[in-house]
Amino acid sequence: MDEMRYEAPETLDAAVALLAGADGDARILAGGTDVLVLLHSDMIEPGLLVDIKKIPELTSIAVEAGGFRVGAAVSAMELVEHDAFSKAWPGVIEGVKLIGSIQIMGRATMGGNLCNASPAADSVPALIAAGAIGTIVGPEGRRDVPVEDIATAPGETSLGKGEILVSFLFPPRPPHSGDAYRRFTPRTEMDIAVVGVGISLSLDDGGTCQAARVVLGAVAERALLVEAAAAALIGTPLDEAALERLAAAASAACRPIDDKRGTKEFRIKVAGVLARRAAQDALERARGN
Amino acid sequence: MARSHVTTTVNGDEYEFLCDAEQTLLDVLRDELFLTGTKEGCATGDCGACSVMLDGRLVCACLVLGVEAAGKLIETIEGLAHGDELHPLQQKFLEHNGAQCGICTPGTLIAAKALLAVNPDPSETEIRYWLAGNLCRCTGYDKIIRAVMAAAEEMREGRS
Repeated sequence: MDEMRYEAPETLDAAVALLAGADGDARILAGGTDVLVLLHSDMIEPGLLVDIKKIPELTSIAVEAGGFRVGAAVSAMELVEHDAFSKAWPGVIEGVKLIGSIQIMGRATMGGNLCNASPAADSVPALIAAGAIGTIVGPEGRRDVPVEDIATAPGETSLGKGEILVSFLFPPRPPHSGDAYRRFTPRTEMDIAVVGVGISLSLDDGGTCQAARVVLGAVAERALLVEAAAAALIGTPLDEAALERLAAAASAACRPIDDKRGTKEFRIKVAGVLARRAAQDALERARGN
Repeated sequence: MARSHVTTTVNGDEYEFLCDAEQTLLDVLRDELFLTGTKEGCATGDCGACSVMLDGRLVCACLVLGVEAAGKLIETIEGLAHGDELHPLQQKFLEHNGAQCGICTPGTLIAAKALLAVNPDPSETEIRYWLAGNLCRCTGYDKIIRAVMAAAEEMREGRS
């Protein structure tokens, strides 16, 4: 194998040019918690590794349009330590905190978690539930896409050659909004989600749900945004009947695999249970602000 | 292709080294700088044996490239004691038998020190969660947890 070249450009244009001009496999290095494992186990043999952490747009957190713009290569720990973001999006933070150990969180990024495209990625359901928009820059310029359209299947994304996921734009939060992420794992730490559910919702002044997004992780080839599950909540005070319909809609949307971590039947059942619990967590937070 | 020339700071001292793009910071620490206190366990970021501080953040040195160390501040186990005077964490690990085979010990000490820097008075649960990324196959963890709690107490008293 030819030796791998390492580049750490300081501008997006330079990074895009490197990736677009590469012969053979070129990979992006953000936190490295996935790509370096693949590299050192010879599962990938890239000729070029482009470290994007020296590009300011990738590593900054800023207020924009009443919401937040978070660089795709901001480390999980840096995001968790950002008080204003954590207060606005506690459900996103719940997911980010489960990406791995403290050591892994010091390096791992939300952009990497999304683009690694594991169906069980812990930060992704709440990220999609939040309605975040991904900004992608490539040889053809810049495009904004809903985050649910980025990971398409295990290990696969909709990014083209030379494209880089630069940042996430989180929308402003209306009053009485809350989000939550719940997952099931056999262990409480250092484990991979068997099922994960992210929910974001907003209430009107009377406590009726005005908007909701419900996302299931680890029950399909990618995280699923389930409109029928959200519809079960919208227009209701999240009473018992609504939660029952939510659980049923969540379970009905699952198309999981059987594996050593959980059977299909188990995942389908647990998706409903976790959807209900995540909705209750999100409701409590929405009532509190 | 030429190896990269990297200048970095480890435990307050400046080091220069040459490395290939594939080499990890762990490889560099052990094989180029001969700082062999940092151990390799799994080499996939699961066990925490290679824990070091990189610009003040706890990371696995196996998941950082050597070239990424350029211009960074790195702290390893070699920087924990002051001469012959052990760090309170090291002393308490000795007293509580927190180290048995020793492979996880340097990484666990670095991780525990990082915890006490942000939380000088952690509960047992907080210590267990913080150290979840440091696997130990000898102690059953309990001795490690006791040692960290004892060191935290001593360090709090030392400050007051």
